[in-house]
Parts: sequence; structure tokens; C-alpha cells
Amino acid sequence: MPKPTLPGQERYVAPLEETPLAAVDSVQVDEAPSSQWKEAWKQLRRNPMFLVSAALLAILAVIIAVPGLFTNSDPQLCELSRSLDPASPGHPFGFNFQGCDVWSRTLYGARASVAVGVLTTLLVVLIGSLAGAFAGFKGGWVDGILSRISDIFFAIPLILAAIVCLSAINNWFPERAFWGGISAVVLTLAVFGWPQIARIMRGSVMEVKNLEFVDAAKAIGAKDSRNLWRHIVPNSVSPVIVTATVSLGIFIVAEATLSFLGLGLPASVVSWGNDISEAQRLVRSGTRLGVMFVPATALALTVLSFILLGDAVRDALDPKAKKR
Amino acid sequence: MSQQPLLEVRDLDVAFYADKRAIPAVRGANLTVYPGQTVAIVGESGSGKSTTAHAIIGLLPGTGRITGGEIIFDGLDIAQSSKKGFESLRGDQIGLVPQDPMSNLNPLWRVGTQIKEALVANDIAKGKDADRRVHGLLAEAGLNDVERRARQYPHEFSGGMRQRALIAMGLAARPKLLIADEPTSALDVTVQKQILDHLDGLTDELGTAVLLITHDLGLAAERADHIVVMYKGHVVESGPALEILKNPEHPYTRRLVSSAPSIASQRLSSMRAREEVREQAVQTAGEIAAEVATAKEAVGKGEDDIIVVENLTKVFMLPGDRPWRKTELRAVDDVSFRLRRGTTTAIVGESGSGKSTVARMVLGLLDVTEGTVRFDGYDTSQLKGKKLMALRRQMQPVFQNPYASLDPMYSIFKSIEEPLATHGIGSSKDREAKVRDLLDKVSLPASVMRRYPNELSGGQRQRVAIARALALEPEVVVLDEAVSALDVLVQAQILELLNDLQAEMGLSYLFITHDLAVVRQIADDVLVMQDGKLVEAASVAEVFDNPREQYTRKLLDAIPGRDLLTTA
Repeated sequence: MPKPTLPGQERYVAPLEETPLAAVDSVQVDEAPSSQWKEAWKQLRRNPMFLVSAALLAILAVIIAVPGLFTNSDPQLCELSRSLDPASPGHPFGFNFQGCDVWSRTLYGARASVAVGVLTTLLVVLIGSLAGAFAGFKGGWVDGILSRISDIFFAIPLILAAIVCLSAINNWFPERAFWGGISAVVLTLAVFGWPQIARIMRGSVMEVKNLEFVDAAKAIGAKDSRNLWRHIVPNSVSPVIVTATVSLGIFIVAEATLSFLGLGLPASVVSWGNDISEAQRLVRSGTRLGVMFVPATALALTVLSFILLGDAVRDALDPKAKKR
Repeated sequence: MSQQPLLEVRDLDVAFYADKRAIPAVRGANLTVYPGQTVAIVGESGSGKSTTAHAIIGLLPGTGRITGGEIIFDGLDIAQSSKKGFESLRGDQIGLVPQDPMSNLNPLWRVGTQIKEALVANDIAKGKDADRRVHGLLAEAGLNDVERRARQYPHEFSGGMRQRALIAMGLAARPKLLIADEPTSALDVTVQKQILDHLDGLTDELGTAVLLITHDLGLAAERADHIVVMYKGHVVESGPALEILKNPEHPYTRRLVSSAPSIASQRLSSMRAREEVREQAVQTAGEIAAEVATAKEAVGKGEDDIIVVENLTKVFMLPGDRPWRKTELRAVDDVSFRLRRGTTTAIVGESGSGKSTVARMVLGLLDVTEGTVRFDGYDTSQLKGKKLMALRRQMQPVFQNPYASLDPMYSIFKSIEEPLATHGIGSSKDREAKVRDLLDKVSLPASVMRRYPNELSGGQRQRVAIARALALEPEVVVLDEAVSALDVLVQAQILELLNDLQAEMGLSYLFITHDLAVVRQIADDVLVMQDGKLVEAASVAEVFDNPREQYTRKLLDAIPGRDLLTTA
């Protein structure tokens, strides 16, 4: 027996003009095609955090390429007669204990610090991604062995391990030039820094390798190696890129810390760490704090830019992680 | 009968804000619910059905705002209520059963505690008294051994049990209106039926009105007195359930009714159409088989049964209760079947029945524990090197999840070209022509070639996946839940496409699905699996008209809206 229709529930059919029927599942054709990377770039361009850090890093790049643009004095030209002289025309921040131009040394010191940061990061990403991708893809005992090895390295504190290694290296090769000094620090930091990237890559690969497009490629007849490098790794790298950008800043700090302790770059190399280390005695006596602050500020700004960049990249590549 | 409506939604507008622009999600929606009534809102994804429901209970996500209209609940307009106002309504006036039972229970809390919270928050009971009420509610929701169940954590519950717990929670404070947002779409059909039957009985008994949100017109017609059809934010048609089903007037509703697989009003004509498709396909397949048998680079003897599976078994070793012990899981147990050339065999079963494992073993993506898979006379596990590559060409998969089956880094062109490039077929110019041809076959414009998967809808991605599978001109396509994740209309479209392609190219399909309703539209033979075993194997007509096994009958009965048009 049909129930009586209640008020408000009468049969209603919307006029067709109000909601014209679209074809089922029609394709959007007017917008330009755009890949995930393009979308990420669009997002990035609108992020003030990215703009600030990119501007700072651009300035840093110019300083590294042509430090002579900003100063006329030679960082290595030190005259004890000018020891701790105050600022004067052409020498905006005065001179340090050794009588070297503080501003000039800070500009030229960017090279060593950034070189250590960039090279260490590249090496860490290379070792870490290879180990992580291999462990995640193969699984089983390969994963077991690689993961235990990375656990062992992970368990050793970075700075402590670097102190031990570098003091040994300093004993064996006391005389090192610019690149010799840098490669010792880079290798040491990389050896103890890769497990973090390896872990991230491993997790990411394990997630991606179970997605259906990987099975589809297998069913086509694609070999394992092709699958890994063409499909899985490209889809797993975004968390690695994010971590790498942030750790670039951390490696620069590590270099400065080691140089501060007198173990990093040789004293002959102009670097922020060395300058800060040398300036510490001034802090104790409380005179001419500027000698310390200029390289320290440069260090802080550089690290901050890389960390901001890392955050911006994370927001663009992984919108889910974005804070609301 | 002079009843006051419990809920009246008048000219409701809801918009989401992005970049300071308002994007309307619901436009001028009207609906009325009377006490004790069940009203269903039906629509595809993006139609605004869930948004309407969330607006009523004041739970619009993120940037959503009510921009106009009234929501009159029990005589009061709540459209512009404050957060506090909604908090006092939720629970004891309006309850909610959310969509996904897996993510809507806090995994760190005992189930009982979570239901108790609903009681305490609404000042219904406290302490010991509340505990007793929790047990009562769980029993009412159809769970046994309630005292133990209340102390368990959500991971100890199956999907169906979790949904029962959520129903208990939604009804804990005896609301006048219960909003059920796709309450069973994540569950197996037989569980769906049980849960909905139970919900029906319970709300009848308590006199609770239910606002049911669903994408399934058949389910809506079966459960609701009154149906509201939404499309692109508008209410396009509303009225008594059966009347809408029998006599749809708006063209969109007509589309829905004609493509809803569960209702299948045009069974006869579609059966006849299938017959023609099959004849055509069998004929083409025969020609191809003759070619393959004489060709050197292909695997095959040109047999009638292109795939013969015998005593197929898969055992997974799982960690046991001690580190050195393993337990066996027989995912597939002694399954045998044949796939005739140019026809479709469907494997039907609920989750965990082993149907996808069979598909993966047939495709050679998973090692076989025991038994054989023979492709056109050759044991696939014995093939290596060149012969294996040739087999890959002749058998291709299409997977379930349209969001995971294409590499997001590959353009559509590259995705479809990949199989051709891997097998070194043609020059790059030939391959581009081939990709254009394939896109045309799956009815996509050639301009999508330069696009990336994130720019396409689920249905379009599934078309691309089909194009990729067809690139190597296979003889067999294994479709693993290939249409399950799609909206009804898109699903109907893809099924039609698959039918056409079968007739044109003489394809044989192995069609894995949990949805018996879809089977009738595409399959010739049906295999029903339960717990890794084959329980019934017969032609589609036999299974639907004369199911022999108890389990098959249960599956058939669970198809929502199945008898509505035949009996009424």
C-alpha cells in the first residue's frame, strides 16, 4: 500500500536548464598539461619562505663566485701591526687579532663552508640513496644486512665520530692544502651521515614498490633494474630531496664546529669555523666582539636559508605534511 | 496525519573557499525528513551529497561555509549556529555514522571507552552506569560477548564489527536523526546487507529518522522511503523511492537508473548484446589463434582454452607465535578452471577469498606453490627469456586503483609507449602513431598524450591503463577489480568499452571482482571463490537463475535493490 506523500516530499524534478548534463567523465582540454614537478614549482614560487631563502642563497652564490666584488682586501694579507684595529674605510668591520680584514675573510670563507656542505650532501645522498634503494627494493637478507650496517653508523654521534677520525687524519697528514683539508672533512662527515638518507630512501622505496604501476611494468616484461631506476626511484626521491636540503645546513654547522675545535679545516684555509674559533679568545676578554659576530652571522644566515628552503620544498613536494 | 517535519533543508548553499574564491559545492538544495523516516541522498562523487550531510551536522571540513538557505531542525534554524550550538545538537539530537570504519575509531582507545565517551559527553550516564549502557548498546548493535568486546581495541575488530561499534556510538545518545554517510561502502556485500538490515531494524524500533548518503541507487531504493538525487551540487530530482526508480524523469536520474548494475533492468537486451559480442570475439580470437600457432615469436598452439589452470595452490608462510615457528596461510587452495578464447570468465569473491592471488599467479607476478597455469598449451612457470617476454606480450593486466596504476612521473604518452619501447617495437614515429591509435580505441582525445596522471579523473586513468595493456596486442587481459573504484556511470562506460574491445580484438578476459552485479554485464562464465576455494563454477545465466551453492545464493541476495523491479 503506497504511503501518502507528506508535505515537502512531493515529486520534484529540476528544470533541465538549471543543471545542464555534462558528458560522463569528459576530459579537460583547455589547460596546459602539467606534471607533478611543475605543480610543485608553481607552489614553490608562491611561498614567501622559498623567496626569502632563494634570495639569500643567490647572494651567497655571487659571493662564492666573485668575492672580489664586495671587498678589495686580500683575506690572507695579515699585518700584526693592524691587530684588532677598528673599522676604517674599505674595512667595514675592522681587523682581527692577526691583523686580517674581518669582512674580507668572512666573504672568502664562504667558499670552504659551502663547499663542505654541498660536497658532503652530494656524497651522503649518493651513498644513502644507493644503499637505501637497494635495501628497500631487494628486501630479505640484503635489507637485513644493509639496515644493520646503517644502524651501527647511526648509533655513533656524528660530531664525536668526526672528532676521532679527524684527529687521526690530522696526525697522519699534518700538512694539507685547501682541497686536502676539505676532502678529509667531507669524507668523514659523509661516512657517518649517510644512514639517515638511507633510512628515508628505504622506507620510500618500500612504499612505492608495492604500487600497482610497478606491477604493471613487471607484467610488460620490464627488468628489475629498469623498474627500480625508471619507476621506483624517481617516485621515491622527494623525501630525500627535502632531508638533503635541511642536512646541507647541518653539515655546514658540523664543519664550523669541527674547525672551532681545531680539527676541521687546516688553519691555513679561510673558513668561518676557523675564524670563529680564533675569535673566541676575544669573547673571553670581552673586546671587539664584531670579529666573532661577522662570520657567525654569515654562518647562521646560510644555515637558516638552507633549512627554510628545505621546509619550502617539503611543502611543495608533500602537501599533506603542510601545517594548517 | 499532521506531522511536523524533523528536518527541513531550504535552498541550502555551501561553498568552499580557496585563494579567496568561493567554489560552490551545494546550490539551492531542498530536502525534508519526517520523524522515523529513512531518506536517501544519491549522487556520484563530487555531487555535494556528503557536503550537504556535513552541513546539517555542522562538520563542514576546512574552508567550507554555509553561504545561504536554512536548515530547520525540530523547528529551529541551525544553519548559522555557533560551534557551541552544534556541539549541543550532536550526539543527542543528530548522530553520525561515518564512512570509513577503519579510520574513524581511535586505535589507542578501547572500543567500549569510545562509546562511553559518547554517553558521558551528552550527560546520559556516568561511571558504572555508563559501562552497563555501553554493553547494552554493543549488544543492540548485534555484537556478541559484549563485555569482552568492549575491552578490546579497534584492531581486534573486523570491518563489519567496527561499523557496528560506530553505529552503537551514533545511536548511543538516542538522537532523533541519524546521518549515515556511505556506512557500508568499505565493506563486503554480505556484511553490508547484515549491517543495513540491522540498522533498519534498530532505527525502526527506536523511531530514529535516518538520512542515508549513498552512491548506489539500488541500495537507496531498497532502504529509503524518499530519495533525493543530487548532481553537481543541485538536487535534480526527488520523490518516493520506487517511483523514482520506475519512472525517472530528469535525464541524469535516467542515466543513473539505466547504468546501475544492481538494478539491471535491461537484463534481456544486454544478454542478447553479450551473445553477439561473444560470437564476434570468438571468431576473431580463432583467427588470431591460427596465426599465433604458426608464428615463431609468439607462445601458443592455438588451443580453444587459452588459459587452463589446474590445482592451483598458494601457501604464504606467516610468522607464528614463536620467532622460529611459521604458520601456513592457504590463500588459494586447489583451484582449477579454463578460460575459453574470446570469452570472459569472472572470479567473484569477498575480500580475502584469494581471487586476486589467483590473478597474480596467472600473470606470473607471484610464484605458484602447487599446480600449473597453462597459457595456450605452455606451462607458464617453465617459460624463460625470450619465451617469457613473448608470454608477457600476450597477457596483460589492468589493476584496481586508478590512482596507483600509472606512474605519476610519466606522461600519458610515456606510460602507453613504455610497453612498446620495452619490447623494441617500431621506430619512435611508429610508436607515436600507435599510441594515438590506442587512445582513440579507448575514446580519449589525442591531446591527453602530453598530460600527467594527476590531471585525469579516475575513469580516464583507467582508460589509459587499458590502452597500455592493449599496446602489445595481447590475447588475454586480466582485469583485477578494474572498475570497482569508479562511479556508477563511469563504471558502466568502461564496461561498455571493454565489451566493444573484446568484440573488436577477440580478447579473452579474466575479470576479478567482488561485485556480482557487474558480472552479469560482462562475463560469460563465473567462478565463485570463498576462503581460497572454488565453491561454484558455471555460466552466468546458471549462477544468476539457478545458483547451486548456499554461499552463491547469499552473495546474490546481498546485491542491493535486486528484486525491486522484478517483484514490485
